[in-house]
Amino acid sequence: MEQKVERVLQPQKNYDYEKIAASPEFKSLIRKKNKFLLPVTIFFLLFYFSLPLLTSFSTVLNKPAVGDISWVWVLALAQFIMTWTLCMVYVKKANGFDADAESIVNRHNDTKGSDRP
Amino acid sequence: MSMIGLFFFVAIVGLTLYVTYLASKRTNSASEFYTAGGGLTGWQNGIAIAGDYLSAASFLGIAGAIALNGFDGFFYSIGYLVAYLVVLYIVAEPLRNLGKYTLADMITARFNQQKIRGAAAISTLTIVLFYMIAQLVGAGALIQLLLGIDYWVAVLLVGIMMTTYVLWGGMAATSWVQIIKAVLLMIGTVLISFLVLLKFDFNILKMFTDMKSVTPAGEAYLNPGVKYTNGLDTMSMMIALVLGTAGLPHILMRFFTVKDAQTARSSVVYATWIVGIFYILTIFLGFGAAAFVGSEKIVAANAAGNMAAPLLAQALGGDLLMSFVSAVAFATILAVVAGLVLSGASAFAHDIYGQIIKKGNVTEKEQMNAARFASIGVSVFSIILALGAQTMNVAFLVSLAFCIAASANLPVIIYTIYWKRFNTAGALSAMITGLVTALVLVALSPNIWSPEGTAILTGTALFPLTNPAIISVPAGFIAGYIGSIVSAKADARKYAEVAVKANTGLK
Repeated sequence: MEQKVERVLQPQKNYDYEKIAASPEFKSLIRKKNKFLLPVTIFFLLFYFSLPLLTSFSTVLNKPAVGDISWVWVLALAQFIMTWTLCMVYVKKANGFDADAESIVNRHNDTKGSDRP
Repeated sequence: MSMIGLFFFVAIVGLTLYVTYLASKRTNSASEFYTAGGGLTGWQNGIAIAGDYLSAASFLGIAGAIALNGFDGFFYSIGYLVAYLVVLYIVAEPLRNLGKYTLADMITARFNQQKIRGAAAISTLTIVLFYMIAQLVGAGALIQLLLGIDYWVAVLLVGIMMTTYVLWGGMAATSWVQIIKAVLLMIGTVLISFLVLLKFDFNILKMFTDMKSVTPAGEAYLNPGVKYTNGLDTMSMMIALVLGTAGLPHILMRFFTVKDAQTARSSVVYATWIVGIFYILTIFLGFGAAAFVGSEKIVAANAAGNMAAPLLAQALGGDLLMSFVSAVAFATILAVVAGLVLSGASAFAHDIYGQIIKKGNVTEKEQMNAARFASIGVSVFSIILALGAQTMNVAFLVSLAFCIAASANLPVIIYTIYWKRFNTAGALSAMITGLVTALVLVALSPNIWSPEGTAILTGTALFPLTNPAIISVPAGFIAGYIGSIVSAKADARKYAEVAVKANTGLK
């Protein structure tokens, strides 16, 4: 059984989210994240849909690649390898983002908004 | 049933009831009930996600589909796996940072309105119900075959077990049932794959060469096109598979069982490895069944091919392995339906009763009672529907659940996290359009209508595709866009809050 973890319910703090969102370090984190997430997401979706597109509207993948294994199996296996690779790449990248996020949190932890209800 | 078969079943029932008993001692608050107190570690949640995800449709369905249709069956494996990149890259961490118990919590973190919560709860309940009926009907038919008991007894048995886990053990018990099941499923799958490879002298090239001559499809077996001949329909199905996972409520709920975004991330990584290895091995299950059981015998046992894996186990390892694999299939079904009951109950008790009817003014005790009553309600309702749906072809219910998840939930999730201009009107129109489009198009599809009377109703289908995702997913996104653009301006301050919380975990 997992350990009993008591989660302390903290009272909702009134951060000045607009100020944090407008800060240069937050903007730079978002820019860094988008620069990584957007192209990679577009890439893996295109790569994924290339398989059913090629099998549905052409027969190029039916040609043998190795022995009696046709290219369609090779491209299918490539999808698995891509998934695992991008999974590990994401973790590596995200660990970097964590450091940035943490420093933003620390910097603003005492700054409370005054106009929040 | 043989003595050894009985032993495996009793062992699984006993073990899962024991963890439920352990979990029941600490399940005394709403947070414990819905999220196991948020105290699961990355690997625990990762294995549990795999256990929640690899349903009987995956284990029995894909093995059968590959056995009968060759490469076309493997499409499912690819789509179900790549879907994890969508979960990891787009949804998991912001969801963990913004939500509490349910998907509706996450959306209402930005739009705190009852109608938004209501719409999200209804789409959750719709998906859960379709998915659950599919699992229960499949489970009933399977257990009927495996144990030789009546269909209704089988459905009741599964129904009572799933209600027991959830009612007494909540999310902690459900998670551990899923972990046990995932471990057993991997052991069974690796074992069978090893035996299949042994038969082929560990020569993959030889296996592929042999497969060209052992099935009725001949050489075509190794190439796409045995089953899927309509390119648009294939594309549509692949859209539903890759985008649906990130909108499935019982999978999303698992991210609330960990303490922070980092743990959510590491659990997706564990899940992706386990799920990926499993789906690779489905090739050996499918090929093995086609080669050593034969498609005639597979179809004779079950027209959809669902008995391929148990029959393969019998062919390779006799009654002992068959009993083990049957017990694993039983555990697989239990783990998935328990997760479904829990996510259905959370939408009902937390969203509709607690937040909409009682407006959040509920005591801890009232929340727990509501959660337990909702669990019983969801269980009983789906058991009744499943008893009446015995003769229904249920394969399309699972793909419909994925399609609704991709059409009604995913657009809202993505817009809520990433689009500043998104607003209440956009959220409502995206959810309603996605849900209604998917339901209506399926109601008009060849799943329901067949001129020869092989579907539920006799007649010509007005919509030609079996899976409507290629229309309904863009419809959800476009409706969310138009709804936002034509209505009042978005609340920029609220979006700043959501963006900061989603990206930093600040609470």
